[in-house]
Amino acid sequence: MENDTYSVEQVKAKISQTFPADVVLDDGRTETRRLYMAADRSVLFNLCKFLKDELGFDHCSLVSGVDWCDKFQSVYHITSYSSNITLEIVVDLPHDEPEVDSVTPLWQGANWHERETFDMFGIVFKGHPNLKRLLLPEDYKFFPMRKDCAEGGQ
Amino acid sequence: MAEMWINMGPQHPMTHGLWNMRIKVDGETIVDSEPVIGYLHRGWERMVEDRNYPQIIPMADRLCYGSSFTWSHVYCMTVEKLMGIEVPERAKYIRAMSDELQRIGNHLMWLAAIGTDLGNLTMFLYATRDRELFLDMFQSLCGARMTYNFCRIGGVRNDSPPNWVRDLERTLDYFEKRLVEYDMLVDQSKLFRMRMEGLGYMSAKDAINVGLTGPVLRASGVKYDIRHNDPYEIYDELDWHMCTHDACDTWARYRVRMMEMKESVNIVREILKKMPKSGPIRVKPPRNAPAGTAMARMEDPRGESLMYLVGDGGSKPYRLSVRSPLFVILSASPKLINGYKIADVPSILGMLDVCMGETDR
Repeated sequence: MENDTYSVEQVKAKISQTFPADVVLDDGRTETRRLYMAADRSVLFNLCKFLKDELGFDHCSLVSGVDWCDKFQSVYHITSYSSNITLEIVVDLPHDEPEVDSVTPLWQGANWHERETFDMFGIVFKGHPNLKRLLLPEDYKFFPMRKDCAEGGQ
Repeated sequence: MAEMWINMGPQHPMTHGLWNMRIKVDGETIVDSEPVIGYLHRGWERMVEDRNYPQIIPMADRLCYGSSFTWSHVYCMTVEKLMGIEVPERAKYIRAMSDELQRIGNHLMWLAAIGTDLGNLTMFLYATRDRELFLDMFQSLCGARMTYNFCRIGGVRNDSPPNWVRDLERTLDYFEKRLVEYDMLVDQSKLFRMRMEGLGYMSAKDAINVGLTGPVLRASGVKYDIRHNDPYEIYDELDWHMCTHDACDTWARYRVRMMEMKESVNIVREILKKMPKSGPIRVKPPRNAPAGTAMARMEDPRGESLMYLVGDGGSKPYRLSVRSPLFVILSASPKLINGYKIADVPSILGMLDVCMGETDR
């Protein structure tokens, strides 16, 4: 735990300095120890690498998917044990091509979360070491958490 | 010697629930392993999308029957964040108190299970008997032994019954004496310690990276407890110390859980002292939540539980995503058992306190 400690303001400043165009910080929500942002999917991996290596965000709490019918979102909750900050990254993915870089090479804790999101939404995490179905049988034909998936998987 | 895959599960005394640990062995040594889950998958996250916000509380209870209060608690906290509700002070104290009682009850259930796993049936009987006292306390608080349906969006369902404080203090006094007996029964038992010490080693750096949380993380020497580092409800007003251990092995995980039970007793005592004697315990929540997202996390008995909620302005959640601590810990279990002997598996995995209800959802 030799990492330096940063405040939310410092983390914000560093992110907007390094990723001026592709990361949009949400300044409207002012909860303590929380930070919200939206990122372009092309910079997600670099952003996460920057967070982990430079700012000490060492724990991936949750990776989840949301189906908005016209787009998918993959949402990352990442925690820093040294700075006590949890941040949320929302990444928009096109509905016809739901692909995003995997963060499992950075945080092994994201492994099953990404597998589950693939299992339920069909979001493909590029670079994942073992992207196959987790909770559902391997020969399952559809993605049940998608909003257009009716009863019986039609 | 020829290597072979064997299945420990889905029906196996080691598993504590329906899941399968596939293990590749070379003689007695484990060279590779793979957990297979999904036997208890109920589509929880899909089911809640068809139910309105209050209807989900009893469903959240059923994520884990062993620690149901903490799950409905984290759900209610998430919805309150989205709705922008401030919970009354007394309700916050009742919630934190129930959390700690639940933590003791859950750790006692784990202790009973690990007792039988390691061939100590006395431990099972002792722990189950004492857990019953805490279930009785819950029964007098909210009428149910295990799935409480007690937490509410905006507070708790009812205030504590008459004589609650007296009964609780008696229970805690009794339980504290029992904890000393547990120490004598296990800590001083050479046989028990031989089956725990030096097994399932995981360094602090690895433990953070693979996503271990809760007692398992603190047993690797990491000083992180959400109650302390990211306090919710009234935990920032309490004075307590975090239980950690530096041994990074199964024995450390055992010790951390035992110390946590003792610390929970202290926390409950402090809560009883600081709790406002009267006051509202609930505010009325709106029927619909606004469009937007909310996130809440808390220290479950097993680790970090987190819920991420997306509301669309209606009375039902658009998406509710759950982080289960055991889900992530199980994904890391091959790193804990690879290289050890097959007879060590029940000891190493039992110390994780496996619960499949929250893992498969």
